[in-house]
Amino acid sequence: MSWFTRKEKNIHTPTELKREAPDGLWYKCPECKKVMHTREHKSHAHTCIHCNHHEKIGSEEYFELLFDNNEFTELDTTMTSQDPLGFSDTKSYPDRIAATQKKTGLRDAVRTAHGKVNGMEIVAACMDFSFIGGSMGSVVGEKIARAVDHALRNRIPLLVISRSGGARMMEAGFSLMQMAKTSARLALLDQAGIPFVSLLTDPTTGGVSASYAMLGDFNIAEPGSMIGFAGPRVIRETIGKDLPKDFQSAEFVLDHGFLDFIVDRKDLKNKLFTLFSMLQ
Amino acid sequence: MLLDFEKPIADLEAKLAEMKQQLDVERNEDLRLAVRSFEDNILKLKRETFQNLTRWQRVQLSRHGDRPYTLDYIYSITTQFIELHGDRSVRDDQAMVGGLGTIDGQSVMFIGQQKGRNTKQRQQRNFGMANPEGYRKALRLMKMAEKFGKPVVTFIDTPGAFPGIEAEERGQGEAIARNLREMFMLKVPVICIIIGEGASGGALGIGIGDRVLMLENTWYSVISPESCSSILWRSWDYKEQAAEALKLTAHDMLHFGLIDGIVEEPLGGAHTDPVAMSRIIKNTIISQLTELSAIDPLVRIDQRIEKFSSMGIFQE
Repeated sequence: MSWFTRKEKNIHTPTELKREAPDGLWYKCPECKKVMHTREHKSHAHTCIHCNHHEKIGSEEYFELLFDNNEFTELDTTMTSQDPLGFSDTKSYPDRIAATQKKTGLRDAVRTAHGKVNGMEIVAACMDFSFIGGSMGSVVGEKIARAVDHALRNRIPLLVISRSGGARMMEAGFSLMQMAKTSARLALLDQAGIPFVSLLTDPTTGGVSASYAMLGDFNIAEPGSMIGFAGPRVIRETIGKDLPKDFQSAEFVLDHGFLDFIVDRKDLKNKLFTLFSMLQ
Repeated sequence: MLLDFEKPIADLEAKLAEMKQQLDVERNEDLRLAVRSFEDNILKLKRETFQNLTRWQRVQLSRHGDRPYTLDYIYSITTQFIELHGDRSVRDDQAMVGGLGTIDGQSVMFIGQQKGRNTKQRQQRNFGMANPEGYRKALRLMKMAEKFGKPVVTFIDTPGAFPGIEAEERGQGEAIARNLREMFMLKVPVICIIIGEGASGGALGIGIGDRVLMLENTWYSVISPESCSSILWRSWDYKEQAAEALKLTAHDMLHFGLIDGIVEEPLGGAHTDPVAMSRIIKNTIISQLTELSAIDPLVRIDQRIEKFSSMGIFQE
């Protein structure tokens, strides 16, 4: 017989009452598992202070990193997807869009803006992976196309930050044609001699990697990003062989000659500024 | 090779052949009438079957083993053809063919994915799945056509760009992306015809044209029904539903304004009458080239860009 007996079985303290530190004060790196202060992580451009792991961030964070004083004019803020095919899988496409919009607070998988980088005007488009895997449908295609037009009209450089699984299946033929549409407008930008930097982040695959993401005058990437046309699972199943280590990593793609350089996110703003200044 | 919906027709046609043979021997008037009404019935059944094909059945037809492939069409519509090889960088990709041909007295640059008919050929042609060097070879030939002022005609028939280690190493994405951009700026007329499968970026990589046409029993979409099924339902068994959901047939694509026209196939599909199919394709190319050649090159480029730029459905 023990000295103390429990009156009730099991633990009854709700989890939230047991926390010692307030939520979000500490950040644990998913790569090296080391812990750092959230503020420190953020001040390092959302990279790990120990192993330099680049966290997957979205347009909000990139715009804050890039634009002076986080000031920018967002373009085409109200554009949203339609459902031209009446597509439905486990959920209808409009329901999926509505649910994702509610969850993420975003309208679709890309945001575009006009602002200043160290005083220099640029147009930037940034994809959000949290919105249906950063997939490209009509809205993404149209917003990228209009961002290109904006750069053309104002004769200012264009930056596109890609993070996408590829085309959006629910828009089938329409999403395929966004590859064509964006490439068409980039052909015009190319002709006009206005610089275009494509920053590929983790991951950039499929239709996005086979259109605008690979059409930069400068194709650059964040370290360790997965970049490729076909997904690794598809390749493995097709060829029936294991894939080499670091296959489709940014370093691998650089090695094979398809990137100009890899940029640490902490240096992104200044490096972009230097690059664009050299072209003026 | 017969598809399940071709089977009943083939059975009746076999029976008809038998009756005809008998007729040759007997010369019986009743039998002659019977043969004629039997023929009418077969035609009726054929029409009924082929007018009401499901989307999946059209996908099946697009992959039919007897269906003419790119080189079949090129050789049957040209009076002379010189095949050109290589991307001038890595090697000659045999999944992508091209060359100069003469059609109706004018020289045209033909380019297209090529499938194989038997095991050895399929391997050689990599099932019509091009590597980056295939897309670069295609671009080289297009630029050559532009240099000499010759129109470009592409035949699209691919289950996709090849997903392989070397393909990634040599920049499959970059190769396709570059083609998209460069094709918009070609100063010569470009006609693209989907003659079989039009799978995603691999098809689009030679698919930017002033006219994009689909043969009646082909498909064109961002993903194959099988892959779509495996993503949505985690199994390849729902390919019929996937084909329905993707709305990938020529009629769907025309309805959405994503292609410019449909090229009718002989009743029963292109494979049942390749000669007639080739003649239809030849006439289509000739008439489209006549129309396109009358347009100023810069206007043509503008129209090409404008057409693809207007594709997309969204709300503001």
